[in-house]
Amino acid sequence: MKKLYAENINIGYGKKIILDNLSFELHAGEILTLIGANGAGKSTILKTIAKQLRPIAGAVYLNQKNINHFKEQEFAKQLAIFLTQRIEPELMTCEDVVASGRYPYTGKLGILSAQDNIKIDEALKLVHAESFRYQDFNQISDGQRQRIMLARAICQEPEVLLLDEPTSFLDIKHKLELLGLIQKLTREKNLAVMLSLHELDLAQKVSDRILCIKANHDYQIGTPEEIFTDSYIKNLYEIESGSYSVLTGSPELPKPQGKPEIFVIGGAGSGIPVYHQLQRKNIPFIAGILHQHDLDYPVANALAMQVITEQDFEPIQEQTLQKAIILMKTCKNIICSVKKFGFLNEKNKILFQIAKQTGKLC
Amino acid sequence: MKKRHLFCFIILFLLLLILFIMNLITGSSSVKISQIFAIFTGNYQDNITRQILLLIRLPRAFCALLLGGALAVSGFLLQSFFHNPIAGPFVLGISSGAKLTVAFVMIFCLQQNIFLSSGAMVGASFLGALISMSFVLLVSGKVKNMAMLVVSGIMIGYICSALTDLLINFANDANIINLHNWSMGTFSGTDWQDIQVIIMLLLIIIIPLGLLAKPMYAYQFGEEYAENMGVNIKFFRIALIFISSLLSACVTAFAGPISFVGIAVPHLVKKLFGTAKPIIILPACFLGGAVFCLLCDLLARNLFAPSELSISTVTALFGAPIVIWIMLQNKSRKGRIS
Repeated sequence: MKKLYAENINIGYGKKIILDNLSFELHAGEILTLIGANGAGKSTILKTIAKQLRPIAGAVYLNQKNINHFKEQEFAKQLAIFLTQRIEPELMTCEDVVASGRYPYTGKLGILSAQDNIKIDEALKLVHAESFRYQDFNQISDGQRQRIMLARAICQEPEVLLLDEPTSFLDIKHKLELLGLIQKLTREKNLAVMLSLHELDLAQKVSDRILCIKANHDYQIGTPEEIFTDSYIKNLYEIESGSYSVLTGSPELPKPQGKPEIFVIGGAGSGIPVYHQLQRKNIPFIAGILHQHDLDYPVANALAMQVITEQDFEPIQEQTLQKAIILMKTCKNIICSVKKFGFLNEKNKILFQIAKQTGKLC
Repeated sequence: MKKRHLFCFIILFLLLLILFIMNLITGSSSVKISQIFAIFTGNYQDNITRQILLLIRLPRAFCALLLGGALAVSGFLLQSFFHNPIAGPFVLGISSGAKLTVAFVMIFCLQQNIFLSSGAMVGASFLGALISMSFVLLVSGKVKNMAMLVVSGIMIGYICSALTDLLINFANDANIINLHNWSMGTFSGTDWQDIQVIIMLLLIIIIPLGLLAKPMYAYQFGEEYAENMGVNIKFFRIALIFISSLLSACVTAFAGPISFVGIAVPHLVKKLFGTAKPIIILPACFLGGAVFCLLCDLLARNLFAPSELSISTVTALFGAPIVIWIMLQNKSRKGRIS
């Protein structure tokens, strides 16, 4: 079901248009993630939908109704926000902060009913925050704080939830925990969720669809599979140095350039730390012999001057070995990171023995 | 309501009662509690004591109670508005702005021999409060820095005070002596008519103030969250400014500018109650402000009797250290986060 949509809106601040002709729709039960470089307009989109910024042209519709025609309280019951910047409320327990989500439902004096208290308990339980509900909000950890803010938004019982960079300030454990919670809530409560993220790897995993904004006012919406191609991400962020691998979702720094000095015999993930080490020391290298399905391959591809590859699921061929031997002899040093040789990489063992004979093996 | 809150309310109320009675019985001629009862029941014959009590001490005590409460509430409103713990009507120059217009209107009326009613005084005071408030808002729109906001408020306050002194210097009239006393801040010289006007104003304000408690709570989370919770921000801000200006104007019109009550009391009350929820803190601030001002007035009258201190002298003596304490506390809080 189409919960929220916009057709050909221009958005920005004052007269300065940041994005024009933007159209998108958001469905119940899905997560739409905004990605794009800093300043591309992620927050601007979220602010426009949250009614904190008027679109310069066009309108946003929530449940088929122009959001500008909503009364404040009515709107608050349907859409909740979660902002990047921290709040520092005075003398408030976590429970108080969560309770503020009930604001649109309480009477003129804002006194909580029994029903409101049940909702607060539920929300606290959903984010596993019962154990610190009575603690001062300013004295809990960042991870706990974000969970409380999420509970606050849930308590508001919205149909649409907007989150502006919810994972900032968090370490990887808490990032995963929070996104996991968001995903669970989206499914359970059939929420329509729009969030902005900086972490492409996480965006790829958590999103049902992605709205990706480029620097030149251009944008594209699609499933993660459609959006995440190596070159697309590189263009999106205008990455000139370094690379981004869609397969692993991990970014790599620029490869060392020049005449290869070291030959690395890798495989099964053993090469990755060596490649990274060489990258840090800025030593150009050759990686071999790797199957294209090998764990080492994407990183080697990003960082090595040259990668000697073999087709997937085939034993290493004689001619590949010969090519590797020639290239290995041009290098000053050889590193063998792989420890185990089997049927598929039998020839790497031969390569290793030749390396030993040259005396270049370190 | 939590037990702690109820307990605190009872304590404040008892303190209020005790200080109120202390204010009635102490002074250059002491009055016994039994005498007070007799006067109220109409069984007392001594006319002088009767007049001291009914025409001087009782209105004065009521004045300290009501205006002290109003001042503390006004301070709490401004602190919420600016998200600044040391904002207050005096610090932001609002009291001094009100003082200037009142002095101007008073001198003008004295010279033209026009009788100035209490209502008109409040009107003049409100106008001055709104003018300095708009200056402060103008500055706060330009600079987001909270320290700068306070500095500019203090500067506005100094300019207005200087202009008031200038006016008083040139207005060469015997009645000006009163004006000079008033411009330093005092609860003396109020009569029952003034008290009536004050009570009326407070009654008018009380309902909109009660309705502001809920959006004020939301506003503590910042403007964006408040808006998302369904607060009409524009309307809320105007209402808050209007009410806090009216409260501090009311105080200034009758008692002159009084410093530090607006900052110190809300802070102490929040610490005492252990919460910042406006629905509790607003009435608590009123009680706290009343207690604080009754105590300060008691000291102002009695410390160096028969000569009397200006009320601001006493409030500053108690209030200023509290402000320093607040600033130190804020600093250590920031330090812990980073």
